[in-house]
Amino acid sequence: MEELLQHILNGLNLGAIYALIALGYTMVYGILQLINFAHSEVYMVGAFASYYGARQFHLVDKPGWGSFAVTLLIAVVCCSILGLCIERFAYRPLRNAPKTNSLITAIGVSLFLQFTGQVVFGADPKVFPEVLQDRTLFEFGAVQVQLFDVTIISVAVAVMLALNWFIQKTKTGMAIRAVSYSFRSATLMGINVNTVIMVTFVVGSSLAGVGAVLVGLKYPKIDPLMGLLFGLKAFVAAVLGGIGNLPGAVIGGLLMGLSEEMVVAYLSSTYRDALAFGLLILILLFKPSGLMGQTRVEKV
Amino acid sequence: MMHRLNQWTAVVMIASFSLLGLGCTKKSSDAGSAQNANANAVAADAKEIRIGQFGSMTGGEATFGQSTDKGIRLVIDAKNAAGGIKGKKIVLITEDNQGKPEEAAAVVKKLITQDNVLAILGEVASTRSLAAAPIAQQFKVPMVSPSSTNPKVTQVGDYIFRVCFIDPFQGPVMAKFAYDSLKVKSVAILKDLKSDYSLGLSEFFISKFKELGGRIVAEQTFQTGDSDFKAQLTQIRGKNPDAIFIPAYYTEVGLIARQARQLGIKAVLLGGDGWDSPKLFEIGKDAVSGSFFSNHYATESPVPATQEFIKNFKAKYGETPDGLAAAGYDAARILVDAMEKASELTPQAVRDQLAKTTDFDGATGKITINADRNADKEAFIVKVEGGTLKFVTLLKP
Repeated sequence: MEELLQHILNGLNLGAIYALIALGYTMVYGILQLINFAHSEVYMVGAFASYYGARQFHLVDKPGWGSFAVTLLIAVVCCSILGLCIERFAYRPLRNAPKTNSLITAIGVSLFLQFTGQVVFGADPKVFPEVLQDRTLFEFGAVQVQLFDVTIISVAVAVMLALNWFIQKTKTGMAIRAVSYSFRSATLMGINVNTVIMVTFVVGSSLAGVGAVLVGLKYPKIDPLMGLLFGLKAFVAAVLGGIGNLPGAVIGGLLMGLSEEMVVAYLSSTYRDALAFGLLILILLFKPSGLMGQTRVEKV
Repeated sequence: MMHRLNQWTAVVMIASFSLLGLGCTKKSSDAGSAQNANANAVAADAKEIRIGQFGSMTGGEATFGQSTDKGIRLVIDAKNAAGGIKGKKIVLITEDNQGKPEEAAAVVKKLITQDNVLAILGEVASTRSLAAAPIAQQFKVPMVSPSSTNPKVTQVGDYIFRVCFIDPFQGPVMAKFAYDSLKVKSVAILKDLKSDYSLGLSEFFISKFKELGGRIVAEQTFQTGDSDFKAQLTQIRGKNPDAIFIPAYYTEVGLIARQARQLGIKAVLLGGDGWDSPKLFEIGKDAVSGSFFSNHYATESPVPATQEFIKNFKAKYGETPDGLAAAGYDAARILVDAMEKASELTPQAVRDQLAKTTDFDGATGKITINADRNADKEAFIVKVEGGTLKFVTLLKP
């Protein structure tokens, strides 16, 4: 029983991070119907930005909430700028081109960033600075609840709640929903579509930045290819929940983290990656719109 | 009919893609042979001896390649300063395989066919030595691995040597140490499914430990590059072992140690020579303190050859060498020694001399190359204390 509780805690942790990254995929898809494969590289760059930032400002010497907040800020700012650049220079020129062109461009941008990362940052893994020190908060039988566990889950929940408020209650959020519902009608209603798309990329990329710092703290090994598999799994999580659907991405991420943990614990680590893609195939076969996605009638 | 047509289109497309692929390979091999001819021309009037080195200069095990390289360069530079071999300077050509087996095979082929090297030094990781060895064997170029411990490596053929002990030796040594000295009765295993080194080492550890009367309470697996090990460790925690044996490389070991301590696991952590890297402390921090692993050497060893190596290494690089630097140093010295004694500088003659190595005074102990082209020598057990390694004992089978 204690083991199961520990597995659930570990799985929720992993799932919360998947959910943050999955939200970025889903937001962009909701608006542009584009799978932004470069999103996982935005996450990778976020990890490296906070790595260099934390070293620059000597945050490792004084670990604590202040340093943690500064690291988060650095990651969020850098990711947002990168997200904006990708949108401006890679996707915007192709906005009226066929969808496949954008998709291939997304894969291209992703590969470009991965290998530029290897040249710029070096291919050997770096150790993420300890800007916040981990300690055991309380023990529940054998279940150890660490400060990081609580931090990751609460930061993730806070960020998701903030996102929900932003999308549902603010004017910009309403504009995002409008563009997502119908690109053309939104333009006719006087919504500046370019601004809305830019805001979407900034928000999505910021979430990736937050995810990057949380992952860096928990698994302090970062390398330029770290986004590859992690991003793919987050993407599967987004599809699992129903791509384009925000609560769906969160649920998909949590499910993904939990089931991965259980598979490794009770079956074998060999199936860890197989699970993600097995799930993807199953979803596509039986419920292509995902758990929470709605089937929309495509009009010709 | 439509369906049939689509199938045919697919077949044609696949065929044309593979033709395209073939076309590309053809072209690059043409370019290769052009360079090859060029290299031949250089080699013919050469006043130099070309030695190839391949290693993981970048990637997840980057310190392995870099340390080995430093050890090798120490030997080559000293030899060149002293006039080289038979009046010829040694040129070391280093290739990075990024820690990938397929890349290791590619760069070794390049070293042999384009650079025309006389002999090859490498690799640390058994998986990559195993990828490269068949190529060295095929072209009959001697290859000396400094620190690949999987027994299969030298079984590839009579041109493949190593200057370190093998896992059927290292595993039992650690099992014996755990059972006799640490009084450990139950052990959990956490091994890397993707690594020949890890699988071999855990197998030999388990059989010896069971033979001594110990119990293996859990066997969990992971894969190179994983960063989350909490699921496996939670399972292990449920079995409450006295120790956990982790035959893996330092990056994963550091992460595993941290996560084990986070889960409140107090068991002693044990490992093999794959732990030896300054990065182990950087990643693992306090979590690795108090662990033991078997290694090729210890800086506190009283042997004069070891102390001389450490002195020279510090003078050149300003840092204390790790075990892989020592193994690289020994591999290069044994190769240089064989080239000096060889009647002529051909791969065949060098190979024959390598096979005759006996009682060589290495930095990692006395080395004798046996009939299986492995080194007979003893293993050091070291303890991790803070950011340093403390010599514990020297064990022989």
